Amino acid sequence: MTSSLAPFLIFYVGAGLAAITRGRLRQVLLLAVPLVGGLNLFYLGRGDLVTFGLFDYDLILLRVDKLSFLFSIVFHIAAFLGILFALHVKDTTQHVSGILYAGSSIGALFAGDLITLFIFWEMTAITSVFLILARKSATSQATGMRYLIIQVMSGVILLAGVLVRYQQTGSVEFTFIGLDGPGGALILLAFGIKAAFPLLHSWLVDAYPEATPTGTIFLSAFTTKLAVYALARGFPGTEILIYIGATMTAFPIFYAVIENDLRKVLSYSLINQVGFMVTGIGIGTTLALNGAVSHAFAHIIYKALLFMSMGAVMFRTGKINGTDLGGLYKSMPLTSIFCIIGAASISAFPLFSGFVAKSMVLAAAVEEGHPIVWMVLLFASAGVFHHSGIKIPFFAFFAHDSGIRCKEAPFNMLAAMFVAAFLCIAIGIYPAPLYALLPAAVNFDPYTAGHVLAQAQLLFFSALAFTYLKLSGLYPPEMVGINVDAEWSYRRLLPSAVRAFIATFGPIDHAVRHLAMRGTQRVIVWIFRHHGPEGVLAATMPSGAMVLGVVSVLAVFLVLYFVS
Amino acid sequence: MISVHFPVLLVLVPLIAAPICLLLRPLPGATWAIATAASWFCLYVTVSLLFRVLDSGTISYLLGNWAAPWGIEYRIDLLNAFVLVIIAAIGAVVMPYARASVTREVSPRRIYLFYTMFCLNLAGLLGIAATGDAFNLFVFLEISAFSGYTLISLGRDRRALTATYRYVLMGTVGATFYVIGIGMLYMMTGTLNMMDLAARIPAVAQTRTIHAALAFLTVGVGLKLAMFPLHTWLPNAYTFAPSAVTAFLASTATKVAVYVLIRMYFTVFGGAEIFEMFPVRETLMVLALAGMFAGSFVAIFQENCKRMLAYSSVAQVGYMVLGISFATVTGLAGGMIHLFNHALMKCALFLVMGCIFYRISSVKIADMAGLGKRMPLTMAAFVVAGLSLIGVPATVGFVSKWYLVLAALEKGWWPIAALIVASSLLAVIYIWRVVEVAYFRPVPEGAPEVTEAPLSLLVPTWIMVLASVYFGIDASRTFEVAHAAATLLIGGGK
Repeated sequence: MTSSLAPFLIFYVGAGLAAITRGRLRQVLLLAVPLVGGLNLFYLGRGDLVTFGLFDYDLILLRVDKLSFLFSIVFHIAAFLGILFALHVKDTTQHVSGILYAGSSIGALFAGDLITLFIFWEMTAITSVFLILARKSATSQATGMRYLIIQVMSGVILLAGVLVRYQQTGSVEFTFIGLDGPGGALILLAFGIKAAFPLLHSWLVDAYPEATPTGTIFLSAFTTKLAVYALARGFPGTEILIYIGATMTAFPIFYAVIENDLRKVLSYSLINQVGFMVTGIGIGTTLALNGAVSHAFAHIIYKALLFMSMGAVMFRTGKINGTDLGGLYKSMPLTSIFCIIGAASISAFPLFSGFVAKSMVLAAAVEEGHPIVWMVLLFASAGVFHHSGIKIPFFAFFAHDSGIRCKEAPFNMLAAMFVAAFLCIAIGIYPAPLYALLPAAVNFDPYTAGHVLAQAQLLFFSALAFTYLKLSGLYPPEMVGINVDAEWSYRRLLPSAVRAFIATFGPIDHAVRHLAMRGTQRVIVWIFRHHGPEGVLAATMPSGAMVLGVVSVLAVFLVLYFVS
Repeated sequence: MISVHFPVLLVLVPLIAAPICLLLRPLPGATWAIATAASWFCLYVTVSLLFRVLDSGTISYLLGNWAAPWGIEYRIDLLNAFVLVIIAAIGAVVMPYARASVTREVSPRRIYLFYTMFCLNLAGLLGIAATGDAFNLFVFLEISAFSGYTLISLGRDRRALTATYRYVLMGTVGATFYVIGIGMLYMMTGTLNMMDLAARIPAVAQTRTIHAALAFLTVGVGLKLAMFPLHTWLPNAYTFAPSAVTAFLASTATKVAVYVLIRMYFTVFGGAEIFEMFPVRETLMVLALAGMFAGSFVAIFQENCKRMLAYSSVAQVGYMVLGISFATVTGLAGGMIHLFNHALMKCALFLVMGCIFYRISSVKIADMAGLGKRMPLTMAAFVVAGLSLIGVPATVGFVSKWYLVLAALEKGWWPIAALIVASSLLAVIYIWRVVEVAYFRPVPEGAPEVTEAPLSLLVPTWIMVLASVYFGIDASRTFEVAHAAATLLIGGGK
């Protein structure tokens, strides 16, 4: 028996039902949505299952293959985690938009043509913005609008690209696109905005830390990974992606080092992680693509776990800045353990999920002869270990005792974190099921002596440094994180390099922004002068002037037609 | 068989209904019933005509059985059958709405005038679209214009009178230019029948008189359709007219004028290949683009929501003219689809304005604070119709812009495609301003209790809103008709 029910429908119907139910019934309903979705997924057939015609195009609403199937599994898991984590929230907007957002992302995964993709692409933008607006602070309103504008713009660019491509090739099917024309370039730009390519990334670090504690879990799972999926389908082996990806892994490290807001640190780390995937897609070999995809799979779960642990902290303490927190392990022991498991996974400890996925991309970079890219990725891995592996758990749960005493996270949050943590370890210990799902056959063994030793060396050395610094009290506790990273890579160079970087480029950046702001302002003033209520184009003209205007228009027409 | 006479009954029934309304003056309810019945009859007739045209091709009806070039011919082909359905449908939806809305917005002594003039106006507009005679068209143009002036002056705001005065001035200038143009054509060809004109113009196409006629016709009709910069009469007229009037006129009067422009360019001048002549296309295109942007920018800064929508109409007319100026099948079809789609969504939006005015006696954006909570159905209608105006997928606005962009790309005119997209983004701003105030501003302290608008207003409004979603999802019908009509106009001659 196979099913051909479009998975997104389950979510949309579930959202509709959630909107009209309350209390316990709604909670059961919410949890049932991803479970029923998972069941449907289990029975889902392969190939083009649902097609329909619109204008003169044949649209494919539901096309199932290995790539979309794999992503849909992890999207269902993420939706389940997000819903479970947010179960206690009593806000219809957040529940409904969360489910719609998850459903739209899943709908986009199964889009077999670019027009269907565009529709779901925009749906993810519109449904997700409420997760930011729901925080209901003045900054979150402004952030939400900025987020929405950028996301919708990505959709508009996508549509433009699709149109141009349709003109060139006469097809709107979503297969390999490549960069051989303006259409492909526009589509890549649209994907790039959602994937947070360098210089296009600012919406992410702007919006994710501003969302509600539970909303960020949804946000971190879907948008960027949807873009990774789209890149993997449309642009595998596109060389420029290697360099874009490598830049993405490296530059957020600097920002993550100096950032105090821990959710913002995680947002930068998210870009860094997506960078690994983009690099893998750019390399484009079977191994690299497998690496990118499995990394996305593992990443969604452990990043959700990390955001959940920070969400739980924020829920209990109302604080999220590193300097305000510390010593929470006494009050929230379970949350601390889960956070450490997430940190271990993202740092790619052997036996945790990050390890079995990330090394594939690195190995592929070496195999394909990109030594510089490989080094950048290695640097980035060290950076990850510093800012996500050590900084996050250390500042939140250990470091100096902030004196905050609160309750452990509520049961549903703990349950969600437990499930995520369990998956992180399970994938790390027994990766075979994940490998079996990958688009191409895998003959990669993460647990070779070489891989394990290299990774263990890297990790144990920094652990040693960490312990030494802690015991000797050389540095104030808040600084330890930075110094461990320095110990490992550049010692003291890094902070000063960052400072020098900011000192040099800060003013340039500032000047450019200032100029742009001034220019925009002038344009608006100019438009207002002519189009504003008192402007010549909006004011009510005297009747004489009006008729004179008409006569002049006639005169212009007559002259033009006579000249011809 | 009576259905043979449908083309003329279409005009006659509302024309006769008008004096009946006048005679029933002391009974406003009866005048309403008559006008509604007339409008519904017209809808039935136009729809059956459209099906007949789709089925068996162009219908020619000779008035009083006088043969064509001498007698007046009513000629219904796909293009005007399509336009006739739009006009009649809008009339049929606005009439049930008008009852409550007009009672609230027009002084009781003048209510009979509204229905009388509405019937006349309907007759005029349907007549313009149905006739195949250029001078007969002028007569109907004047009937619809004068009844339109009266309708607008019924607004309770005293500024409605000056707005009407300005409209009278401009409308008269427009009609005069039109008749001068027709006179010149008559001088050169000796005929007033459109098909006859089309046959005779090519022989004299390269004369100054014909060029001048074209200029007069373009400016005259351009005035009627509010082509930028000839739109100056429109904003005040729409703002101060009663809501039902604005909803009806905004979605029919300018549309009919667009139809006249298409008819003149592609049928009457169809054989003369005027788009190959140097400035015809360029001037139209420049004015269309200028209108799209100027209208949208001005709309952004408006404080009065009705006025904002009026300026948005100027911008939207720009899209239609742009489609015409491409002079390709896709472009013309896009323009015509937009004509249909814009009629739906603008009608819906102005009906929403009527609902709001009914409850809070104001359509200033500032006074709408917190309305999203207090009139949820009304504001939801505004949001959906507004999304359509922006051109969000699954609404009609998307469909027409899609075809316009496609038409621009077909010609390889990238910048124009970009401009179409850019100007529709401007609509986001002015629609969002209203949404922001209605949904995110708290209700001001001490504001009077406001409840949802009555059903008799909400149902017609939502019919329009749902239609603008339905035809956005299932666009194949409108597209087929528009595409066939465009092929007929452009490809048919060759």
